[in-house]
Amino acid sequence: MGKKIAMETNQLAAFAMAQIDPDVVAAYPITPSTEVVQEFSKYVANGEVTTEFVPVESEHSAISACLGAATAGARVMTATASQGLALMNEILHIASSARAPISVVVASRALSGPINIHGDHMDISSIRDAGWIIMVAEDAQEAYDNIIQSIPIAERAKFPIITSYDGFITSHAVEVAEVLEKEEVQKFIGPKKPDYSVFDEKLTIGVLALQDSYIEFKRKQAADYDKVIDIVKEVGKEYGDLTGRYYDTVEKYMTDDAEVIMVAMGSTAGTAKVVVDQMRAEGHKVGLLKIRLFRPVPKDDIIGVLRTADAVMIMDRAYTYGGVGGPLFEEISAAMNDLPCRPYMANYIYGLGGRDIKPSHIRQVFEDGLKAVKGCGFDQQIKWITVRE
Amino acid sequence: MIENILEIRWHGRAGQGVKTASYLLAEAAMDLGKYIQAFPEYGPERMGAPMAAYTRISDEKILIHSGVENPDIIVVIDPTLVGTIDILKGVDLEKGIVIINSAMEPAVFREKLPGFKGKLATVDATGIALDTIGRPIPNVPMLGALIKVTNLLPLESVEEKLKHKFSEKFTEKIVEGNLKALERGYQEVRIDG
Repeated sequence: MGKKIAMETNQLAAFAMAQIDPDVVAAYPITPSTEVVQEFSKYVANGEVTTEFVPVESEHSAISACLGAATAGARVMTATASQGLALMNEILHIASSARAPISVVVASRALSGPINIHGDHMDISSIRDAGWIIMVAEDAQEAYDNIIQSIPIAERAKFPIITSYDGFITSHAVEVAEVLEKEEVQKFIGPKKPDYSVFDEKLTIGVLALQDSYIEFKRKQAADYDKVIDIVKEVGKEYGDLTGRYYDTVEKYMTDDAEVIMVAMGSTAGTAKVVVDQMRAEGHKVGLLKIRLFRPVPKDDIIGVLRTADAVMIMDRAYTYGGVGGPLFEEISAAMNDLPCRPYMANYIYGLGGRDIKPSHIRQVFEDGLKAVKGCGFDQQIKWITVRE
Repeated sequence: MIENILEIRWHGRAGQGVKTASYLLAEAAMDLGKYIQAFPEYGPERMGAPMAAYTRISDEKILIHSGVENPDIIVVIDPTLVGTIDILKGVDLEKGIVIINSAMEPAVFREKLPGFKGKLATVDATGIALDTIGRPIPNVPMLGALIKVTNLLPLESVEEKLKHKFSEKFTEKIVEGNLKALERGYQEVRIDG
């Protein structure tokens, strides 16, 4: 069994990065992920890592430097959030099509405006079409575990990866986490074997591909991206063999016989488990499906769990203006179209800008679901909760 | 209060070590094999602004990640907050515990907190801090008082944690001063009820 430590999740993320000891970290700090960069720079200053640390003047430069280093064959990491991730947007697309396995830690935060530094999933939702792998952690332990796993996932898939956890709620909370020794981490991730290097004379990076070839590039990228799901499972299993903590694309909590299943992501999943336990004790058949892999959508795993439910309550800590619901609701609704007979589905937009979601809110959502199952006239498909109206 | 989880709310002002105290207690509890959570409430941060921090302690893994609604224990590091903000918000008026940084007797605060029938304690934490560390940072003596009032953990485990954590940041003299402050907070707290 590993050693148990307690530190703020941001510090824990920096600790995980130091154990990975990447070749290059180029970063620009932004709340609520500032401490990741700050703490990591201490490891650099103390000579505890061999990393080339590049302090840059913006997030656009940070991700550009990361991409440059990755194309030279380096193992590369950075950290950001919110508007910082938004500023990286241009390069995110180039990095994924360059098949650069960069690992980025994100303390998920609301997007301005109005200016808000607190946790929600708007930043990671806004870049879901950038071709990156996106994983979301429930708590400090999972944040640490995901960061370690991000390296083999990205390098086997040959795609860049974001591992996120909720800003402030998780990033600035101290929790107990069990950690590996640095040697164990090094053995698990293995040495970096570059697939290509910019120094290779026969290679062109940043090619021009117009009408005659662009779509073929995209077709190949799309096909390879779909393979990520199996790689996430494979690495999650190997990590479980090492630590006893097994991971899949989703986590099922009391879903097998559940009539009403809630779907949630991030720290809310933990609170929902508490409510599931309470309501199970009262005899209600409720359960939770936690989404760990947000991108690519683990469609088959989601359908496999939800197909037997009578009602599915999808919790989105993000919104897409003018969409048919929040990001998770849209994806899951589309995925469920394959079923001949769909369960009742509802969407709850909640907790934007860090608004607290309490067990009582979650209970109300489950009760809505139970009412729908009994046909008692619950008919509003998209609801905003935790909001004053 | 949530089943099987002890919840503490710390009130103070930014710069008084509110966050440090909430973390220190949590980490000392972890060393005894407990599961913990500690987190401050972040707003627009500026020295002197009212702020709160929270500690959760449990024998089981803590899954809940929402704010603390019904704390079991309230620690008021800045007594000027009594009457300014509702320090009893969500507290069980019969079973709650309130500990206030003040040179005055607990009875004085009984009057200021009508309806509260739980345990009430005071300790001159600012005075102790000035004596022992030479600065008006009352968090550590408050932590000592909390240990005495609640018997949550042995004082020694908090001492150990404090020594370990503060040694990374401060001189030996400051660490010694803080250890003394912890001990005096523990000894000098007055408990009513």
